[in-house]
Amino acid sequence: MAQEIIISGFGGQGVMSMGQLLTYAGMLDGKNVSWLPSYGPEMRGGTANCSVILADDMIGSPIVTEATALIAMNLPSLEKFEQALVPRGLLIVNSSLVNKKAKRDDIDAYYVPANEIADQLGNFRVANMVMLGAYLEKTQAVSLDSVMKSLREVLGPSKEHLIPINQKALERGAQLVTSIHQRV
Amino acid sequence: MTKVFERPKALTDKPFHYCPGCTHGIIHCLVAEVIDELGIREKTIGVAPVGCAVFAYEYFNCDMHEAAHGRAPAVATGIKRVHPDNVVFTYQGDGDLASIGIAEIVHAANRGEKITTIFVNNAIYGMTGGQMAPTSLLGQVTTTSPYGRNPDTEGHPIRVSEMLATVEGAAFIERVSVHDIKNINKAKRAIKKAFQVQLEGKGFAMVEVLSTCPTNWGMTPVESLKWIEENMIPYYPLGIKKEVD
Amino acid sequence: MAKVLMKGNEAIAEAAIQAGCRYFFGYPITPQNEIPAYMAKMLPKVGGCFIQAESEISAINMVYGAAGAGARVMTSSSSPGISLKQEGISYIVGAELPCLIVNIVRGGPGLGGIQPAQSDYFQAVKGGGHGDYHMVVLAPASIQEMVDLVMDGFDIADRYRNPVMVLGDGMLGQMMEPVEFKERDIVLPEKPWATTGNKDGEPRRIINSLFIDAQALEDHVHKLYRKYDEMKKNETRVECYNCENAEIIIVAYGTTARIAKNVIQMAAKEGINLGLIRPITLWPFPDDTIDRWAEADHTKAFLTLEMSMGQMVEDVRLSVNGKKPVYFYGRTGGMVPTPRAVLEEIKKIREVM
Repeated sequence: MAQEIIISGFGGQGVMSMGQLLTYAGMLDGKNVSWLPSYGPEMRGGTANCSVILADDMIGSPIVTEATALIAMNLPSLEKFEQALVPRGLLIVNSSLVNKKAKRDDIDAYYVPANEIADQLGNFRVANMVMLGAYLEKTQAVSLDSVMKSLREVLGPSKEHLIPINQKALERGAQLVTSIHQRV
Repeated sequence: MTKVFERPKALTDKPFHYCPGCTHGIIHCLVAEVIDELGIREKTIGVAPVGCAVFAYEYFNCDMHEAAHGRAPAVATGIKRVHPDNVVFTYQGDGDLASIGIAEIVHAANRGEKITTIFVNNAIYGMTGGQMAPTSLLGQVTTTSPYGRNPDTEGHPIRVSEMLATVEGAAFIERVSVHDIKNINKAKRAIKKAFQVQLEGKGFAMVEVLSTCPTNWGMTPVESLKWIEENMIPYYPLGIKKEVD
Repeated sequence: MAKVLMKGNEAIAEAAIQAGCRYFFGYPITPQNEIPAYMAKMLPKVGGCFIQAESEISAINMVYGAAGAGARVMTSSSSPGISLKQEGISYIVGAELPCLIVNIVRGGPGLGGIQPAQSDYFQAVKGGGHGDYHMVVLAPASIQEMVDLVMDGFDIADRYRNPVMVLGDGMLGQMMEPVEFKERDIVLPEKPWATTGNKDGEPRRIINSLFIDAQALEDHVHKLYRKYDEMKKNETRVECYNCENAEIIIVAYGTTARIAKNVIQMAAKEGINLGLIRPITLWPFPDDTIDRWAEADHTKAFLTLEMSMGQMVEDVRLSVNGKKPVYFYGRTGGMVPTPRAVLEEIKKIREVM
């Protein structure tokens, strides 16, 4: 079944790059993929979001209106997109910045303190990777191998030294959702 | 027998369509003579404007490109970037260059496009029948300033050469006139210089030529030449406005 | 070659470079800014030339000059900027020069918005500029197709000495999909008509769209229309999807055609058999194909789906020519129809059918 994901947060939280990484990995896994950003003035400071589709069949509209998963990096994202989730959809909330719980009870919600974990790892920028790790663990949407390959591609040789910390962040996110099972 | 005058090779045999007493023909000849003297006819590409000189492509005996109104400097930019070793010139009137095409000329100059512009300023729209130009003098009566150009409502005549002289990319700017033999000779020297500046790759070069329009000025050809001297030159002083070594 | 993940706008620029385009003249406007940025970065590396012009007007006239000088050249913009280019486009057609113009459409009229739209259809296919003329208008629906059509577009432009427009929208420009750049032999045709300098004894080259004599202009326009007849014969492209046995056929291009495919899948689950006719060339319009499906017994109606108030629907109605009812559904202003809303529309049509 197709994975239709909305990733949303403040500009600067790595929302777009997280989506691109996932899309890239999906492509390496041989899936049909698409990535669509919100664009315009809201890119600067406001809420940024992107739609990612990973599918075995052809992809029609790249806009995700009935999401199988939502990764909400901040509160406005949760409030804006919770309704877009399909029943039994997967919600991953950055609980470091969002102190509210989901309103719906027909979805699977996980609360990941991504910023705290990123700070513990020593780089606040990898909070997005913690969230992505959690998502991948829950869905197995793409292989970890492809994610690592994509990471190498996206970071390029100049930022190759950042690969270990990104990998750690992915692992921590994954561990967290297997251990806590915070289900609403 | 020695031939003392012949038609420049850079002009075709096509008779000019210009009105009696109009100095476009003189200016065409000067440009063509310069092209001949510099031996650049085979590599020259001209850009014709919209206005009285719209048929310039029928007169200049070189490859020619007819541009939209005011856009000649942009068209010339496209040509010159594709063929940097060719010589590219635009031939534009005051409505074309100073009104609708003011953005194009300023930015071509500012980019230092290695092109030569011949700017024919006769203070009126000729082709369309005598409307006010941005260079029309104060008090000048035209079909669209029937009570005389009023600075409060129509603004002041634009001194394009002085303005372009302030632009960094301009390498050579001179204003000349063709109202008598002495000035015609000076005009030719200026036009030659403007082509040489391009050949030397120095940057943008423009010669503004004060020109007549007896038909739309409502004067005889002789009166027109006098009008340049007595009315235009005091407002549009002749001379080099900018020259980069 | 391996697939790469690329934004539509960047893919357009890369495809153009790979197609041998070395000259780009443009002006910033959202949502196509990635195209000039890519060109500014890459063209100098391949011996090309990028200029950020002072306006869209100037940019298209630089294209006019460069095309006349024989270069493979392009410009890109978005709706308001394309409006500014119309004068130049008309001149380029009149002077019979090849070039590629990309419009990454946003909502209008006026300054409008920056979200995707298809409301420039009329402008693209019915003229836009002044005078009797046409351009081949290519409407890709995926990033891969954008790449392929940009490359084809340059060849089509050269073949007919006529500008070609690629009509995308903000969504296609901004989205990323895997794309493959297929190896192509780039054969740039001889252009003996181009201004390169007139050698002694050879005919002069004059790039011109002025024909002051009415008979001469009529003859010239007739010549252009003979080319348009050839284009209609040779360049019409269309995709038919699931049309066999479809009771309602959606007609949509670009982004809305993608949405239509979602609708067809959703409808199939409810036992409703829908098809899609997707014009890939908006001009020439695939009227024969539409007419053929209008003749079919199983086809009960057409639904034209657009991100506009209904522009292509006029051409669909002309093509169907009263044989079957033609309905319209559209969102505009940057709103994108959801598959579910379209399906609801289909159900309404079925009730009245």
